Amino acid sequence: MFQKRIVVCLDVKEGRCTKGIKFKDNIDVGDPVEMAAKYYRDGADELVFYDITASHEKRGIMIDVVRKVAEQIFIPFSVGGGISTLDDIKDVILAGAEKISVNSSAVKNPSIIEEGASLFGSQCIVLGMDAAADPSMPSGYRVFINGGRKAMDLDALAWAKQAEKLGAGEIVLNSIDADGMKTGYELNLTKMISESVGIPLVASGGAGVPSHLTDVFKKGSADAALIASMVHFGDYTVADIKKHLNRERIAVRM
Amino acid sequence: MIGVVDYKAGNLKSVDSALSHLGAEFLISDKPEELLRCDKMIFPGVGEAKSAMEVLKSSGLGQAVREFALSGKPLLGICLGAQIVFDSSEERQTECLGIIPGKVKRFSSQMGLKVPHMGWNTIEHNNINLFKGVKQNSSFYFVHSYYIEAQSQGNIAASCEYGLNFTAAAVKDNILACQFHPEKSGEAGLQLLDNFLKLY
Repeated sequence: MFQKRIVVCLDVKEGRCTKGIKFKDNIDVGDPVEMAAKYYRDGADELVFYDITASHEKRGIMIDVVRKVAEQIFIPFSVGGGISTLDDIKDVILAGAEKISVNSSAVKNPSIIEEGASLFGSQCIVLGMDAAADPSMPSGYRVFINGGRKAMDLDALAWAKQAEKLGAGEIVLNSIDADGMKTGYELNLTKMISESVGIPLVASGGAGVPSHLTDVFKKGSADAALIASMVHFGDYTVADIKKHLNRERIAVRM
Repeated sequence: MIGVVDYKAGNLKSVDSALSHLGAEFLISDKPEELLRCDKMIFPGVGEAKSAMEVLKSSGLGQAVREFALSGKPLLGICLGAQIVFDSSEERQTECLGIIPGKVKRFSSQMGLKVPHMGWNTIEHNNINLFKGVKQNSSFYFVHSYYIEAQSQGNIAASCEYGLNFTAAAVKDNILACQFHPEKSGEAGLQLLDNFLKLY
């Protein structure tokens, strides 16, 4: 039976994992390689690393993390953050990541999706999208870039459809309104985008308790759910969450 | 010595990592003569069938894979490598290596399912050595838009459901093929690779 995926997200800044609330106030939560290995043992289905390193010179540290993770964990993982050229994509893929995600860079230059997909295949190219409710937009949601700081004149639903057409193989949809709040995923947004595209959708932002994942799979039509704070601070383990989902009759890898 | 065929179809780092983790002796090569000297072959690959076949033809690596298969030595195709050992693919109407009879077809998006089939899915296998120690309905990681339809039931080693029932793994004498990625399928995948290393 095809299963819903639990994706653990690790924000990495200069080689260390951090976690922020609403994209701000980052605190150190550990070594990314050790954390990746722990989540792998706990039953995570996939990992996502976001490189939030500010300077370009320190990007090499991330490549080193990717290489080490690829040697130790045998589940898929993707890398996002600061990827804006084909060379960036190549560096990350060759270091051992399964996929890369583009976010702000794709809004500024949509052809990166097309070029990346033709070089490495659609399955390698993930569109990361930060969206927030805005009644003035056609779908009711607006796209933001630069870590949620800059509002764009771009509708979230229209952008998702365009990215699919350009060759994105998956969408990670982050709700800025829900991110870090632990009050649940933005179900309305998730359902609307997931049911409007033919590629898998990973819901992101807002998970605080296991029932939030039940909701996003049952009511939000998500194919995968991204979690961070829930597991980083020891409130839950991936195994706890999967047990809960299993009881709720949601197919997950046990 | 295991030869991993490098024909520039995707990234070999994860196969490399998994084999290293299992302590296998292997080499990654794009030289037919070097690969033909190996005792076992892994034929991986991610990407598109037509361009992969073009590279395989022009480099002589396709001929090497065929020769290796005929030699009776164990060969394991993974993902695109698994598809290419069949007769043909609907992906840009590509003539493949024809080592196992069968076709590769596209998942129809009309079934209301997302394509690619990306993620973890359970398989049912027929207990051949490749699956020794792997429980029925274990989950494996898949990423593909085309699926294998083995012509003969006898060549199906494992099956999987995604809108329809398809061949998740195939076997024909010394030739094994799996659509999923054992190198990305956690402990079950490592078990399968270890079986290939030790039992064949």
